[in-house]
Amino acid sequence: MSAQEPYPAPVIASDFDETDKSATARTTSVYVYEAPVRLWHWINAFAIATLALTGYFIGTPLPTMPGEASANYLMGYIRFAHFAAAYIFAIGFVFRLYWAFVGNHHARQLFAPSVWKASWWLEVLTEIRWYLFLEKQPKKYIGHNPLAQMAMFVFITLGSIFMIVTGFALYGEGSQPGSWANRLFGWVIPLAGQSMDVHTLHHLGMWFILIFVIIHVYVAIREDIMSRQSIVSTMISGHRTFKDDDAD
Amino acid sequence: MQPTETFYDVMRRQGITRRSFLKFCSLTATALGLGPAFTSTIANAMETKPRTPVLWLHGLECTCCSESFIRSAHPLVKDVVLSMISLDYDDTLMAAAGHQAEAALEDTIERYKGQYILAVEGNPPLNEDGMFCIIGGKPFVDQLRHAAKHAKAIISWGSCASHGCVQAARPNPTRATPVHQVITDKPIIKVPGCPPIAEVMTGVITYMLTFDRIPELDRTGRPKMFYSQRIHDKCYRRPHFDAGQFVESFDDEGARRGYCLYKVGCKGPTTYNACSTVRWNEGTSFPIQAGHGCIGCSEDGFWDKGSWYARLQDIHQFGIEANADKIGGTVAAGVGGAVALHAAVSALKRAQVKNGNGAGGHGVAKDKESV
Repeated sequence: MSAQEPYPAPVIASDFDETDKSATARTTSVYVYEAPVRLWHWINAFAIATLALTGYFIGTPLPTMPGEASANYLMGYIRFAHFAAAYIFAIGFVFRLYWAFVGNHHARQLFAPSVWKASWWLEVLTEIRWYLFLEKQPKKYIGHNPLAQMAMFVFITLGSIFMIVTGFALYGEGSQPGSWANRLFGWVIPLAGQSMDVHTLHHLGMWFILIFVIIHVYVAIREDIMSRQSIVSTMISGHRTFKDDDAD
Repeated sequence: MQPTETFYDVMRRQGITRRSFLKFCSLTATALGLGPAFTSTIANAMETKPRTPVLWLHGLECTCCSESFIRSAHPLVKDVVLSMISLDYDDTLMAAAGHQAEAALEDTIERYKGQYILAVEGNPPLNEDGMFCIIGGKPFVDQLRHAAKHAKAIISWGSCASHGCVQAARPNPTRATPVHQVITDKPIIKVPGCPPIAEVMTGVITYMLTFDRIPELDRTGRPKMFYSQRIHDKCYRRPHFDAGQFVESFDDEGARRGYCLYKVGCKGPTTYNACSTVRWNEGTSFPIQAGHGCIGCSEDGFWDKGSWYARLQDIHQFGIEANADKIGGTVAAGVGGAVALHAAVSALKRAQVKNGNGAGGHGVAKDKESV
């Protein structure tokens, strides 16, 4: 290890396995996101958008509707949309977890970033340097780069679990003791303090995920332009295409 | 002391007719949601069971629980249950005072070891060895521990005993502590509220007398029969909530029409209590019916959750006026700005690289914006 290179990068990025290596040697694209993963991504994106919008309007309702109460059901519809999207979001997450077991090895990255590997952390540093404009050229990745893996794990994996648990705890308040949501997640309310506290945490969770969405959309577009592989189209076609033939 | 009387004996001694007694029994059965068949069960229990001694202690409190209790809707409840309880010990209501009162307390503890119910109104302050609340020359916490030692069960009356209430609000200088954090080896029934509804209080006592067991409790130790639903779930203004019809500010058209008080901070959706079903003062009304939002007085730490007129609670770690939307919105705006800045630098950098291999690592390190 020489003094000139404080962060010696391995020749091959850590998410390359033997199959990947031979694949990149021969072809310019790798099938990385299988159809169920892509479908989940877009359904999930739609669910998050619906949940954030309706959730915000549950916390801060729209202006009063005129007319008789019996002629209106605005809050009812908003809450229905929130709960329906929540079920889609939660079931989708469980399905995505299942797909981590039966899908290809890239499908596991979302749930198990390789935090125990020193090389993984070195690549995190390389990525941070890349975003600080300190690296001239980013590394080549088939799946997510380690920094992206970290963000995905914290915001999407942990964030989704947090929102599902707090969300269904609140849902269980309306569906009342004895309902599945109350039996499964009702313990969250006394743990957090009281119902108001869970509402606040759930509300903060929405902002947490929205902040991720801002970063995610920006970085996906930026990487699509500036990195060495396709990003945005990969989540549509499933194929990662590369802009050069260099090994790493 | 005389041999233990039954409840019925005491009632008759006080001049209550059997007809009134049976009316009380049927009303109580209804209040407990038990159905008509249980009227005779309650009557039988009242007639045959020796009355359960109740010691009623007062710690740091405002006596609003007692005030509520003595206004229990059916006059009979006040006349009967209260007078029987006061026979043993309740320093606020009993005729005896001073050493005589303390002697009555000791006498009951001695005579009914393991049989009496300890009702606690208020809570003990623990700072300075409990010197912020002195009963009979000794810290209240000592009296509480002493009386709890041989109690069959403890009823924590009101939000003070259940959660701490106002004296435990920030910064809680006396370290007022709810009963269940001081007494940990006895079954404790929490009856929160500031104060609890009178019928809820008498209902809990009557249930325990009738069935010789404590009522079924929820996860936090509150009787399910009164605390399993939110005010919101049974609120008569709920149709206006579902319709999206709100009081936007007090005294507006929506307020006159009796719309939902959610937007002016009603805590009904986060408060477990029986106000919207049992109501107050003989079922006359309750806060929402009077046009004011619920303040969530039966919920833990309701003093510290920010304004009573805002739905989003204060988050103290971020300053006095912060709530989830302000914090989230500020961070989102910050991240959005950082993203825009980063995008601009990225575009510049890219243009630089394209136009003749750029400046290498020079001149870009000054931008420290990072995601």
